[in-house]
Amino acid sequence: MEVVSSGLPEFEYIHAESIEQASTFLLDESKDSRLFMGGTDLFVQMRAGARSPSLLVDVKHLPGMNDIQLKPDGSLHVGAAVNLNALARHEDVAEHYALLAEAAQSVGSYQLRSRATMGGNLCNASPAADTAPAALVLGARLIAQSGKDERSIPVEAFFLGPGETALQRGEILTRIEFPSPPKRSVGRYLKLGRNAAGDLAIVGVAVLGFPDDEAPSGYRFRLALSSVAPTPLLVPEVENILSGETMNDERIQAAARTAQQAAKPIDDVRATADYRSAMVEVYARRALKAVWAALRRDN
Amino acid sequence: MTTHKIALTVNGIQEQVEVPSNMTLLTMLRERLGLTGAKNGCAAGECGACTVMMNGEPVNSCLVLAVEAEGAEIVTVEGLSNENGLDGLQEAMIEVTGTQCGFCPPGGLISARALLDRNPSPSEDEIKDALRGNLCRCTGYVRILESVKQAAKGG
Repeated sequence: MEVVSSGLPEFEYIHAESIEQASTFLLDESKDSRLFMGGTDLFVQMRAGARSPSLLVDVKHLPGMNDIQLKPDGSLHVGAAVNLNALARHEDVAEHYALLAEAAQSVGSYQLRSRATMGGNLCNASPAADTAPAALVLGARLIAQSGKDERSIPVEAFFLGPGETALQRGEILTRIEFPSPPKRSVGRYLKLGRNAAGDLAIVGVAVLGFPDDEAPSGYRFRLALSSVAPTPLLVPEVENILSGETMNDERIQAAARTAQQAAKPIDDVRATADYRSAMVEVYARRALKAVWAALRRDN
Repeated sequence: MTTHKIALTVNGIQEQVEVPSNMTLLTMLRERLGLTGAKNGCAAGECGACTVMMNGEPVNSCLVLAVEAEGAEIVTVEGLSNENGLDGLQEAMIEVTGTQCGFCPPGGLISARALLDRNPSPSEDEIKDALRGNLCRCTGYVRILESVKQAAKGG
């Protein structure tokens, strides 16, 4: 059994005065600096010896980083340092982006979520990031700032591998923008862990469904997975399968199998690849059926 | 390593402490302020033995830097009781035998206090959700849940 020290290795701490200043610190090649948000992953990694940054740059207090704003066009802007409890209980999020609230609520424990941030959850780029599948099916865009320059990255292009993102050195994720969700849409995030008490996901499945008169089936569905590939994964084929023909259990089964085929799971401490693969199909089917049932009930 | 002078309020008392960058809030409370109620358990945000209240919200103090507590209001288990006696949760826990070895209650009491502050009449599921980050190896949880229910009833 590995004994993990409770102490943290030495580092310097900077309470940044602005995003520009934080960028400058991150670009200083004489230091192994790292942006610092809630620390709920970073400190665990540092204690395990997986990371040893010499400088932590804290930006979570900066203007806008803790804001949640529903815009007049129905889109939602979430500051990167918004903690997962604040996200899950925000009235506009609960009402219009229930899938995002459900995903945020599924992370860890209450006290962990009072520190863990949405930006940190995405930027750690864990394959198991619970807010990532929701961001993928909701079509989020990530706003990254370096110095005074800002760019918008579609979430499908953000995750490059475990712990790797499209952010360049010196770039800081400042907010996540969600377009107005499709009318009468319904979402679910189903997560299988080793226990019911906030474990990391063995398999996570987010589904967003909505009525669409232009689709032959009358519906469109988007599905994304966590914990079963090197990155959180959107499975675009599901949308084609379920929009083309009349919806029924066979079509849902076909879509769930497609999700299973898209997954590239590995063996790890939480589950074997074979078990993950089997559970992708089961959880994809359950999530699709749950969303379809809710759509028929509501519409 | 740089040190930082911070000012904060702990259990209602103003404190000024000089801390190195890598000192956690938990270590500062235990080793600088002598408040040994909050415990170091897993050091990974899983067990909740280090839970304290920071600006009204429970946090795992093993995952918070002391320097981040600049200006914060911290409440530890030592701050739950006052000159009028124990917190109702502590009374209920004694009455129902919601504690055995005593390692986890300092964290669990903080989570439960925060729950009752934001939701004075929680359902059983809401209690479970609020306490799922506070592991207990003795009680089997039933009497912990009973303690919180009893405290909620008692107001």
